[in-house]
Amino acid sequence: MSATFEVKPAATAPAPPAAASARKPPRTSRRTQARRSLRRHWQLYLLVVVPLAYFVIFKYIPIVNAVIAFKDYSPVKGPWGSPWVGFKNFELFFQNPVFWTLVKNTFLLSVYTVLASFPIPIVLAIALNEIRNGRFKKTVQLVTYAPYFISTVVVVSMTILVLSPRLGFVNDAIGLFGVPQIDFLGNPNYFRHIYVWSDVWQTTGYSAVIYLAALAGIDPALHESARIDGASRLQRIRHVDLPGIMPTAVIILVLGVGNIMSIGFEKAFLLQNPLNTAQSEIIATYVYKTGLLNADFSMATAIGLFNSVINLFLLLGVNFAAKRITGNGLWS
Amino acid sequence: MSVTLQEFRRTSTRGHESQRTTIEETRTDKIFLTGVKIMLWLALIVVAVPLIYIVANSFSSPSAVSAGKVLLWPVEPSVKAYKEAFSDPLIMKGYLNSFIYAISGTLISVTLTIAIAYPLSRRTFFGRNVIMSVLIFTMLFSGGLIPTYLVVQDLGMLNTRWAMVIPSAIGVWQVIIARTFFRSTIPDELYEAATIDGASDLRFLWSIVLPLSKPVIAVIALMYAIFQWNSYFDALIYLKDPGLYPLQIVLRNVLILNTLTGSTTTTNLAQQLEQQQLANVLKYALIVISSLPVLVIYPFVARHFTKGVMVGAVKG
Repeated sequence: MSATFEVKPAATAPAPPAAASARKPPRTSRRTQARRSLRRHWQLYLLVVVPLAYFVIFKYIPIVNAVIAFKDYSPVKGPWGSPWVGFKNFELFFQNPVFWTLVKNTFLLSVYTVLASFPIPIVLAIALNEIRNGRFKKTVQLVTYAPYFISTVVVVSMTILVLSPRLGFVNDAIGLFGVPQIDFLGNPNYFRHIYVWSDVWQTTGYSAVIYLAALAGIDPALHESARIDGASRLQRIRHVDLPGIMPTAVIILVLGVGNIMSIGFEKAFLLQNPLNTAQSEIIATYVYKTGLLNADFSMATAIGLFNSVINLFLLLGVNFAAKRITGNGLWS
Repeated sequence: MSVTLQEFRRTSTRGHESQRTTIEETRTDKIFLTGVKIMLWLALIVVAVPLIYIVANSFSSPSAVSAGKVLLWPVEPSVKAYKEAFSDPLIMKGYLNSFIYAISGTLISVTLTIAIAYPLSRRTFFGRNVIMSVLIFTMLFSGGLIPTYLVVQDLGMLNTRWAMVIPSAIGVWQVIIARTFFRSTIPDELYEAATIDGASDLRFLWSIVLPLSKPVIAVIALMYAIFQWNSYFDALIYLKDPGLYPLQIVLRNVLILNTLTGSTTTTNLAQQLEQQQLANVLKYALIVISSLPVLVIYPFVARHFTKGVMVGAVKG
């Protein structure tokens, strides 16, 4: 895996300093280069020590700690001292009747989220791009962008209040059409819709910004020449704008799919109540309950690991497919 | 006498229809544009209505809210809920804690992010690609909830303020944004000139790079601050002492779990009803109060934020 999200392609290796090339043949070995760089720029290496330690301690040690998924973890003996049990935790989880429900709930929720929240920001961005720069455009952008800054707790509370059977305005509104009151959060069948559309409400404006940036980067000459060729607005969107934002869209789609199994724990957990768990219990909330509420650390880690691994493979798979089809991918 | 392009266009289309400043819009284009505008209005309404609804409710009288009479404008305006919220010790303590976490967390996060992003932006820094891969891998794969919890536990951070600011200190995304900024705005020549004047790497970073990088520092600082202000999950798993709870946890208890603050020991039915009604408005007021700091600074930072998002997200 190379440095990937770079905005500019990585620079080629620095040319050896002039002083060195005078004495030796022009190419110095990497080791010599490293030593020279370390001597001259020791302060830079000093700077990265603490941040790197952070990544080792809080990101890589947990990956190592995940061995407890294959152990019968005992707090006294620690991750390495506890006895090995092989794949027992995984087998138990796969045999657990709740397993398929969890996988199904997680998968459906994620796919639904990706399907809904992928195209809408593109539509919004293109629409914003079509109208002239002015007050209206700025207002729409400012307002649609705002919910992104509201915390999950607040968004969930708002959702609950707005949908509340007796007091929420949604029930008032559908009441005008003679529909009886609906307890949205008490019915598992509504959970996915509530989750996904409140998510769309919160993130569309934010995601649109990324596409707006991509649209702004399209060479105006392309639009100009399309116009001269007599292309309508719709045709220009189809043949100029959409291809122009394709690379960005692919990356965002790939990342979205990569998140498919790690779907936002926080929100599902907050929206959950005893009445809707049939559809709201997802792998992440189950891990929390198994691990921290029931203190079954090994089992919770095994479930989490199962999740992470599937996640990683999905991401790599979709990235591979995207690269094949469109020529764009995360590591291109 | 030269003819400007616009005049040229105007004259060339004259006689066809009315004067225009651009190449003609066909009728389908006009219909299309109207459709676009309608769609944007819809988007605006859909996003704004819930927000207005919440604010309107928060400023209404408890009885009007409980009767569900409020829609987009306060009914029987009242600030009772706000008075109640501001006199609740638990809420105020949460507010204070959130400020402490947001400020200290942001300081720590920004410092560490720059400390790694700057060297990674330098061409002469050996191994930067390896380090970058090490960071990005953590975006793709993690040990999971429990293994991370064990680390925090082993460090003795459970139930301390450290647990709120250290385990989530550095965001890879922010490192990418900062590094890209340094790389694209600080030319190598500047460093060479400074070296000739005898500046060390640290000196150069401190006296030249940082002052030139105020915009990006502001962006990542705001990202961290808002993230910290809005986070509740770390508090949920790492903190037990209610005295350490940030606002979001207090909010969750009041808003979602319906744990009423204040004493409800009164037996008087009328008073109970009144308290129940007050609790209803209190929810709306709390939503406003907790989002206020973020929404107040939001219009001022939105533009910078947008730039940050672009740097982070757009490739090539």
